[in-house]
Formats: sequence, structure tokens, C-alpha cells
Amino acid sequence: MKTALAILRKDLLLELRTLETLPAMALFSITTFVIFHFGLNRPTVEGQTAAGVLTVTLLFAGILGVNRLFVAEREQGGFDAFLLAPVDRSAMLLAKATALFLFLAVLEVIAVPAFGLLLLGPSLGPPLPSLIAVLALADLGIAVIGTLVSALAVQTRARDVIGPVIGLPLLIPALIATARAIGPLLGSGGPAPLPGKWLLILALYDVVFALVAYAVFDFLLED
Amino acid sequence: MPTYGKGLRGLSILTLTTIVVALTLVFFWVPQDASQGFIQKIFYIHVPLAIVSLCGFVFGGILAVMHLRTGDRRYDMRSYVAIHMSLIFGVGGLITGSIWAKASWGHWWVWNEPTLVSFLIVLLMYATYTPFRFSIEDPERQGRYASVFAIVAGAFVPLNFLAVRLAQQYVHPRVLTLTGGNLPGPMRLTFTVSLIGVALLFVTLWKYEMAAKNARIQMRTLRRRLLGDDDLRPPQRSAAPTL
Repeated sequence: MKTALAILRKDLLLELRTLETLPAMALFSITTFVIFHFGLNRPTVEGQTAAGVLTVTLLFAGILGVNRLFVAEREQGGFDAFLLAPVDRSAMLLAKATALFLFLAVLEVIAVPAFGLLLLGPSLGPPLPSLIAVLALADLGIAVIGTLVSALAVQTRARDVIGPVIGLPLLIPALIATARAIGPLLGSGGPAPLPGKWLLILALYDVVFALVAYAVFDFLLED
Repeated sequence: MPTYGKGLRGLSILTLTTIVVALTLVFFWVPQDASQGFIQKIFYIHVPLAIVSLCGFVFGGILAVMHLRTGDRRYDMRSYVAIHMSLIFGVGGLITGSIWAKASWGHWWVWNEPTLVSFLIVLLMYATYTPFRFSIEDPERQGRYASVFAIVAGAFVPLNFLAVRLAQQYVHPRVLTLTGGNLPGPMRLTFTVSLIGVALLFVTLWKYEMAAKNARIQMRTLRRRLLGDDDLRPPQRSAAPTL
């Protein structure tokens, strides 16, 4: 736990000082909203379309973060140092997943209001609490799977390609659930009640992949 | 070192017989479907292909677990062969499914068909297995990472089906339910024989490929020992594990 906190602190400090990932993610998401505006040729979106636009944008912005997650470790020998230290290897998973979760949360703090401002037809206020709940669960899934995929991809030759190509299919079920849960919240007639079925699936998905990641992660750090 | 050739001839004959019997039953014995007619017969090929390929993916995942647990590189090879064989069966299942969809629903691709869509997602997932292997050079790491991939993807298969099925309305005929389904006797028998035939085909092909890969590796070892050749990597590019 202490190790995880130390790595997490290191990652957050690194991000704070270099600002390498988060601004890129935020800019990327806002640019994507602009592209969606022209692509769909609509001034505003609502309902399931809005949910799709939001989910896809957040996902792709998240992928940027996933790609960067282990790059410093690999390029600057962080992996070797970590392997030399007499600590539990799962700490790395916990720390990196938490870091990614925090990145995604900060991204959403910027991107969701921007989405409400730029594209969303109905007001963002009423559905906000439910939206936060859904996005928190979705972030958890992206954080866990993203960390796993990033650790898989970072040692490969074509890591910028391999990461998303493996990660996207793995995330599809979580995204189906996210988009379907958000859809009713952003309806033009005010938010409908939160569909519990999708929250349940999202939570189940998070739990299963957290367990799988915990089980296999150690093997990715052996050398 | 096991040779994998043992019993291969008997197995091949058994597979061939079962498939011939299955096809005979399909084309000459089982009654035609009342509403769909002749095209429904593709069901006896399509569904077994899909089921066997999904089971093959999970099988590959289990072999990958064995690889990580034991550290025995042969499990990695078994897992690799199982996954790549399943991928071929899966593409077959997808194509036959598409033909069936065109014939009975009028479209090559139907989005509100959860089984088809989940199957596509699973294939997209596993299609990255080989490129992934290719892009890791160190053979030991390649095996380890590929096994992690196989385990994660193996766990993903059932979850994905659950999520996609819940997302859509039912269009696919639910013929294979846990409560026994609604398949009439002759159809059920024909289907079972076809399923066994395709499963046997999978096992036979798997064993053949294992035998071939194994023979090649043994050959290389022998040549290395005899000729003292150190660099005898096969000239073609392959993501297959080397022992």
C-alpha cells in the first residue's frame, strides 16, 4: 500500500511538473467535440446520440493517457528499479490504475462541462449526479483495463498501435453499458431515471477485470 | 519430447467419418425447416463452428494459465495453436452466419443480433493476438505476454456475450437454451453429430499443427547438433513460439 502510494505520488508529481498527458487529453476531447459538431452537422445533440458522442470522445481521450502510462517507466528504467526493490509487484497495478483513474476524472471535469456548453441540447444540471455515478464506474473500467493493456503494449515494438488495438475490443462491453446508461439521462425531455441494469453490468465488468488484472499483472513485470 | 503424432491416423479417420455422417444426415435425412426451407441447413455448420471456436478460445486461455503456472513453453505453443485454429473456425462461423442472415433476414449484417455482434467483437479481440506476438522480439517475454493476453481475452469472451445480449432485443432463434430448447428430435440429433464432427475436426487440426511444429523444432535441434549451425531460424516470418 505504501509502495503504491509512493508510485502514485511520483506519477502525479511528474504529471504536475511536465504536464505531458492531461492537457493533451483535454484538448483532444474538445477538438473531438468540434469535429462531431461538423461531422453530425447539428448544433446540439441529445439522448442516445449525445451519450455516444460523449462516451466515444472520453474513450479516445482516455486512450491517449493509456498510451503514455508506462512510457516513462520504460524509457527511464523505472521498471528495472521497481523490479530491484523488494516490494509487492501488484503495487504497480494499483498505483497506475489509480493514476489513470485520476487523470480520467480530471479530464471529465474539463470535458463534460465543455460538452454541455458546446454540444448538449438539454441542460447538464439535472442529470449531473447520475452522470457522475456512471462515469465513475466507466472510469474504473477504463483505468483497470487501460493499465493492463498499457503494461502489455509498452514492451512491444509498435506500442502506440498495439495498445489501442487490444484495448478497444476489451472495452467494448463497458462502453456499451456506459453509453446505454447515459443515453436516458441526456434525453430532451429531462433526465429519465438511471437504468440500474447497466450500472450493474458496468460494476460487474469492473470487478471481474480488476480480479483478472490482479491475477496476471505480476507476469508482466518479470525479467 | 512428445511427438503429438500418436493416434493421429485413428483420430483423422474418426473425424472424417463423423463429418461425412453429419453431412449425410444434414442433406439427406433431417427434415427441412418449415419456415426457412433449405437455407436453414447452414445452421448445422454455422452453430458448431461458432461454438467450437469460442470453446477453443477459452481452451487457449486455460492452456495459457498452465503456461504461466508451470513455465513450460510447450503450453504456450499449445495455447498459440488453439487460438489461431479458433480464429480460423471463427471466421468460418462469421461467414456462414452472414450467409444465413442474408438468406433469412435479407441483410448480410444485422446489428440487432446479439450473438453475431458479440462474436464479431470477440474476433476483433483475438485478431490482435498474432500482431501482438509479432511485435515482441524476446521469445521468453513473447510467450509470457501472449499468455497474459490469452487469459484476459478468455475471461472477456463470456462477459462480452452477456453485455451484448443484454443490449439488444432477441432476434436469433434461441435453440440451445439450458432448459432443453425447442429443437425437434431429428434436428437435435443431426446438430449433435455435426457439433461432434466439428469439434473432432478442431482437435485433429490442432494435433496436426502441433505435430508439424514439434517436428520442425526437433529437426532444427538435430541440425544444430549435427552441423553446429547456430542461426537456423526459419526464413519465413512467424509468430509461433519457438522452444
